[in-house]
Amino acid sequence: MEFKRGHWNEEINTRDFIVRNYTPYDGDSSFLAGPTEATTKLWEQVCELMKVERERKGVYDVSTDIISTISSHDAGYINKDLETIVGLQTDEPLKRAIMPFGGYRMVKTSLAAYDKEENPDVANVFKYRKTHNDGVFDAYTDEMKLARHTGVITGLPDAYGRGRIIGDYRRVPLYGVDYLIEQKELAKKELAHQIMDEDTIRLREEISEQIKALKELKVMAEKYGYDISKPATDTKEAIQWLYFAYLAAVKEQNGAAMSLGRTSTFLDIYAERDLAEGKYTEEQIQEFVDHFIMKLRMVRFLRTPAYDELFSGDPTWVTESLAGMCIDGRHMVTKMSFRYLHTLVNLGPAPEPNMTVLWNTRLPENFKKFCAEVSIKTSSIQYESDEIMLERFGDDYGIACCVSPMKIGKQMQFFGARCNLAKALLYALNQGKDERYGSQVGPAVAPITSEYLNYDEVMERFDVMCDWLSSLYVNTLNIIHYMHDKYCYEKLQMALHDEEIIRTCAGGIAGLSVVADSLSAIKYAKVKPIRNEDGLVVDFEVEGEYPKYGNNDDRVDAIAVDVVKNFMKKMARNKTYRHSIPTLSVLTITSNVVYGKKTGTTPDGRKAGEPFAPGANPMHGRDITGCVASLKSVAKIPFEYAQDGISNTFSIVPSALGKSEGEQETNLVTLMDGYFGDNGYHLNVNVLKREVLLDAMDHPELYPQLTIRVSGYAVNFIKLTREQQLDVISRTFHERF
Amino acid sequence: MSINYREVKGRIHSIESFGAVDGPGVRFIVFFQGCPLRCLFCHNPDSWSFTDGEEKTAGEMIDQIVSYRSFIQKGGVTLSGGEPMAQPEFCKAILTLCKQEGLHTAVDTSGGVPLSIAKDVIDTADMLLLDIKDYNDDDCVKLTGKSNNNALEILNYCEETNKRIWVRHVCVPEYTLVEEKLEKLAEFLSKFKCVEKVELIPFHQMGMYKWDFVDAEYQLKDVEVPSNNMMDKAKEIFTKHGLKL
Repeated sequence: MEFKRGHWNEEINTRDFIVRNYTPYDGDSSFLAGPTEATTKLWEQVCELMKVERERKGVYDVSTDIISTISSHDAGYINKDLETIVGLQTDEPLKRAIMPFGGYRMVKTSLAAYDKEENPDVANVFKYRKTHNDGVFDAYTDEMKLARHTGVITGLPDAYGRGRIIGDYRRVPLYGVDYLIEQKELAKKELAHQIMDEDTIRLREEISEQIKALKELKVMAEKYGYDISKPATDTKEAIQWLYFAYLAAVKEQNGAAMSLGRTSTFLDIYAERDLAEGKYTEEQIQEFVDHFIMKLRMVRFLRTPAYDELFSGDPTWVTESLAGMCIDGRHMVTKMSFRYLHTLVNLGPAPEPNMTVLWNTRLPENFKKFCAEVSIKTSSIQYESDEIMLERFGDDYGIACCVSPMKIGKQMQFFGARCNLAKALLYALNQGKDERYGSQVGPAVAPITSEYLNYDEVMERFDVMCDWLSSLYVNTLNIIHYMHDKYCYEKLQMALHDEEIIRTCAGGIAGLSVVADSLSAIKYAKVKPIRNEDGLVVDFEVEGEYPKYGNNDDRVDAIAVDVVKNFMKKMARNKTYRHSIPTLSVLTITSNVVYGKKTGTTPDGRKAGEPFAPGANPMHGRDITGCVASLKSVAKIPFEYAQDGISNTFSIVPSALGKSEGEQETNLVTLMDGYFGDNGYHLNVNVLKREVLLDAMDHPELYPQLTIRVSGYAVNFIKLTREQQLDVISRTFHERF
Repeated sequence: MSINYREVKGRIHSIESFGAVDGPGVRFIVFFQGCPLRCLFCHNPDSWSFTDGEEKTAGEMIDQIVSYRSFIQKGGVTLSGGEPMAQPEFCKAILTLCKQEGLHTAVDTSGGVPLSIAKDVIDTADMLLLDIKDYNDDDCVKLTGKSNNNALEILNYCEETNKRIWVRHVCVPEYTLVEEKLEKLAEFLSKFKCVEKVELIPFHQMGMYKWDFVDAEYQLKDVEVPSNNMMDKAKEIFTKHGLKL
């Protein structure tokens, strides 16, 4: 059976192939197959290895002698006889590779932290070979270093791989590597007639790098006995080719988020054909998928403990985007969407891959119910609004990391972590001085002398502070991404992109709910600043009540909306590296704990050092009118001004969701239809009992796979620091008696 | 004489924007302030007083409710409390406005007011969640401070008018979670066609801390929370009498 032909046969166009050939599935989950014996056995082996990994302080082993490249390591297996899909980052499962081009210091510190010897030959290479990290610090200004030091800008990818780039890994099975190389050669030829300015020179060099990467990809596959120069011919090959492409990316780049894209519906086309032709059974196909997903769960990077404190739980963000609608009006749910989610049942819950359902109220009811069922069982799914993104990104976008949408193979971003707006607000009250260090960081705005804070006076200063911060922030990102392109270019991932792509400069903010509530307190109650002997405001007395973000109260929700809008507008005024389009996210992952630690007492009553709420969430315990009100407040943050995503985490105890399992599923579907129908952008869903989490803190060995969703991401609960565990537990658990 | 329902005023204890356990589907819950009963097991004693809470107009309430339409159009709105029927005009006003908006309505009541007062509210609501505290009247007085007469009269009225009812019954060990008492209640309820479902609610201690804020002593400190096994047994009694749980 031939696939339906179209534009995709004339040029690289994965979407065209999918849209012409996929089969929407409206049925229920009853066709799904359980794990095969081989799957169960293999997964047990992996679990055993992961147990050893935990016992070894979280790092199983490190390949210290080889600088990781696409083809650097020999083939590695879990159990060659049982694996239907093969390929590991190094020659042994869970053994971490060193990827020093982002920064050698990061490698060195990590090795020391896990008692591993540094190889002098490798060290010697980096006496002569400059890294991204070296480049950035050569160019940073003193002001940037200071802002980084105080934490008003944090989490910057200046010492590690920036990530958040999704290669169109589907191109490898669809076309085979040879065709991709040919197309790149052609593109490079076409660049010969232009003026040799900096842009053209850079692009020519980059395409050359991309071609090398593709050639290396073939070499890597050969080590496993596969020739991937030609297109894949069936489901197993399609999954294997696709995985090889992804594997090459995670061998080359230790990116903060190494997302997979939107692969399920693509692969379903092969599966439908094989099922129709009787080539494979449902059991076999599910087995391939289970083995593939198992591999994705095993992706590892060597990182420092400080990094883990910020982005805890050893994350890789292998985000896979499922479902959504097609522009022609059909939904894009296929049997493969079910099979991917079903791995959470066959293999048990896990944070990776980061299963992301692109929710649309028009998705088939059977699929919605299945999602709710798996969510309730595993807490391992996040949801993002296809209602919002379909219009802006079409039907072949995917989510990078947690909430960042991009057109696959046609768009990338310059990841910018985030700046701390709660701290910026304190700078506004302290003449630009840092409330913890006392040093002059921001512009020296006029002091506030009144006994009670006056809203207009504060806003005037906060506005100046945001002007300063947004400029400094964009400039800092410009340096970082200039150097990353120069010293740590993602040649394999970019080889799986078009040559002409959209680039965004993805900034972010932390502390939104703290700022909104603080400003609301100043506006609607009386807030008296308390100063220390140096005249710095270090505490506040709040008299009276004020509306709090998270209760669907426009008085304060409008403040939150304005804060986002204004900061985005200010960012957009700056010149960005490589003409990237500035965007903003309201996302913190787990770093809300660390940001909180670095921030003094705020006017909303949050004490110094206490965590912020994650992402765009209301502060814990302040949303007192139930979770729908809380969701509605968050849904007011306009995506137009936060096009890199708005994260919201929702935790509920099962009994508050409904009395029977069936009711719980129906109610969860209603909740999501309501939220996404009302312009909500993202939702992490945790359905968990608080007691389970408390017990897991004390008995981690009993909960090796306990997964919870945090801002935009799922983590293995027992891998969180105790502090983060407590934060998760103290966060609003919606319960009703 | 026509009433402007939007202007009717009443006192509200709080709201819950996601009610999944008080009536069918996802519902917006309005907790009324003030209750004539003084149940020993009350988990919301802060809703007893008729002077606390916040004064609102039915118009303000309905504006808030309709903003949640996309969440509650398949579920609806539940008026709870406190005792919503203790503010009958306010209760009726919100119900009427909900009806005009095409929203399903339920009133969660302990039947603590005379039928003459409750009638209008019952006629306006789509269904009732009727709490039968104790079928034995003497015990009911001990448990709640009031006779169960009103509740039973309301139940009869609902049977006459074919009003859909979910009966709720809190199972408190030593007080109501007593086999022969449950047996009697089940037998009694099985005669009512209007009773669509019985919800047995296990007693819990999570409202205990709220008693610190009221001028009364919490007497059930030492009562154990019923085990799953005890609840299963209680459920069996009702199933045996052909009641849906």
